[in-house]
Amino acid sequence: MHNMKETMKKVTGYHLFWPLVCLGVVLLFNLIKTPSFFQISINNGVLYGYLIDVLNRSSELIILAVGMTLVVASSGGTDISVGAVSAFAGAICVYALGTGETYRMPYLAGMLLAVLIGTLCGAWNGFLVAKMKIQPMVATLILFTAGRGMAQLVTGGNILYVKVDSFKRLGSFLPHVPLPTPIFVAILVVVITTFVLRKTALGLYIQTVGINAKAGKLVGLNATLIQFLTYAFCGLCAGIAGLIITSRIYSIDANNAGLNIELDAILAVALGGNSLSGGKFSVAGSVIGAITIQALTTSLYAMKVTADQLPVYKAIVVVIIVVLQSPELKRMFNTVKAKRASSKQEGWWHNG
Amino acid sequence: MGKKFLGALLSMAMVSMLMVGCGGGQPAATNTNAPEGDTAAAEETTSAGGDGDLITVGFSQVGAESDWRVANTQSMKESLSEANGFELIFADAQQKQENQIKAVRDFISQEVDVIVIAPVTETGWETVLGEAKDAEIPVIVVDRQLDVSDDSLYTCWVGSDFYQEGINAVDWLTKYMDGLGRGEEDLNVAVLQGTIGSSAEIGRTKGVRDELEKHSNYKIVAEQTGEFTQAKGQEVMESFLKSGEDIDILIAQNDNMAFGAIDALKAVGKDPGEDVVIVSFDAVKAAFDSMIAGDMNVSVECNPLHGPRVAELAKKIMNGEEVEKIQYVEEGVYPADTAAETLPSRAY
Repeated sequence: MHNMKETMKKVTGYHLFWPLVCLGVVLLFNLIKTPSFFQISINNGVLYGYLIDVLNRSSELIILAVGMTLVVASSGGTDISVGAVSAFAGAICVYALGTGETYRMPYLAGMLLAVLIGTLCGAWNGFLVAKMKIQPMVATLILFTAGRGMAQLVTGGNILYVKVDSFKRLGSFLPHVPLPTPIFVAILVVVITTFVLRKTALGLYIQTVGINAKAGKLVGLNATLIQFLTYAFCGLCAGIAGLIITSRIYSIDANNAGLNIELDAILAVALGGNSLSGGKFSVAGSVIGAITIQALTTSLYAMKVTADQLPVYKAIVVVIIVVLQSPELKRMFNTVKAKRASSKQEGWWHNG
Repeated sequence: MGKKFLGALLSMAMVSMLMVGCGGGQPAATNTNAPEGDTAAAEETTSAGGDGDLITVGFSQVGAESDWRVANTQSMKESLSEANGFELIFADAQQKQENQIKAVRDFISQEVDVIVIAPVTETGWETVLGEAKDAEIPVIVVDRQLDVSDDSLYTCWVGSDFYQEGINAVDWLTKYMDGLGRGEEDLNVAVLQGTIGSSAEIGRTKGVRDELEKHSNYKIVAEQTGEFTQAKGQEVMESFLKSGEDIDILIAQNDNMAFGAIDALKAVGKDPGEDVVIVSFDAVKAAFDSMIAGDMNVSVECNPLHGPRVAELAKKIMNGEEVEKIQYVEEGVYPADTAAETLPSRAY
């Protein structure tokens, strides 16, 4: 009995417990309303089903959420420019590769250029935040507004299409691979990031700087450099996400590519149980958060919720999830439990 | 020292990046304006003026945000030319209403004969239109409609009849299905709606629904917004395909969403245009390519060529004739079998 309580405490205390519960709740709804949600079959040589869609469509959000997590952890602020940076990186890639029957430059060079541009944008944000000490939201607001404008300049205000077929592979399927490519890219980003954070002390440094930059400095950490690096990395993630977004529709639509995705990325970080004021963080939590957001959207499609009601349902679920995870609610929950325990004890005392 | 250097390096990188952006943009931007021969500056006069017989028209355009808009501007400039008896003062609002209001005030102080506005937003026009009314200058509104308390603030409106477009689409569809010999079958229809609340979405949704209701064997089994974008169109179509319904017909409320849906269909090994009949709207150039490739069956036009109608109206108004308050432009239906012939003549 005692042991079970201990395990319960351990389980609920596990940092990914609540994010997983939230994802579970969303999926549970489907189990009741649309059982077909969990069917996976092979169709046209590839895996096919709502769950595959959820993973596929959440890929770019996962990648952005990973970058956002580190930015939030190190600076206690958010990078609101990632959507616009994605669009800009995508535009650069399409512009570099050209809209002809063949690529204007090697495919890989175009990809690298886009990622480089994303990283540069991130570095610019990092410079403003870490070096110039500008509030993260204000600093990234610059590229939030300018990014799309720059993308428009590159595309001349038109939707540009890439006509070469191999360009579609990053956003759809590689030959003879049954899973969509974006899933692999997302896994790669998550694994590499986790590996670097775990194998080096970087994760710890980021946490330290996020909790108390001054104290970090006193123990010899270069807080400025660490914050700068997280923003640059976030830009890199935005560049990769931009490539996927662009490849999915083999074109760049500067007005709509990655529109409002920065808000979803921030939400993913919050749903992952991360504090938006910085410090301790969990990349895995943000990944679960991102999947939860997409699972919610796909579920609402599957349940055939009409378009005009869609935002309302989304808002309700998000409110419930956020409240569920709020520390205040947990504190209230604990107080009630403690009271009950103490009254029980009192009862026992009187009886004795 | 090291850090300062890093900072300087970064700012340089940013500046050079911006320059890359501009360099990349300019040729494209000039291209879109090239047929006109002049760039859309804030304000310009296309004719030297001075001739007393010319009708002076002040035209405040939204901007140049899409191919549709560029074609719209071009049509106006061509129709309101000096050869046709007009002197056009063109003002590009760059998507800002305050620029438009400023432009209209300029038109009033220049005492133009007719003011033409393609409004950025529906609301906020009472004051400045009141000023135009006081100056007794007639106002023609094009494209988007105005939401003003007093209808007499503008003379007339020229634009697309989205409701009629919806009806035309279903009309074509039922005839096409009859032609295939499937007109009496039970047919499942999926609808990709535009951005909810936009006038194009409202009109097309209603038109499609009303006309489909007349045919009891057509049933809308899925309806969801794709927000007028290719990416969302693809995502929503993917989910339509898994809903367990056998979809025979897809009605996408613009071409971009149809492109996304076509990709989603191809990904599961279906043949768009054959297995699923694709009905789309707008009829942009890329839609003709898609129709020639056999992916799309029909696209219903959303005509940006408002110029001739506006020119005709301006002349009538100046002659003191009464004009109808609401003027719809003519819009065609372009099926796949004639796409190859029609494509070269398309302006946008």
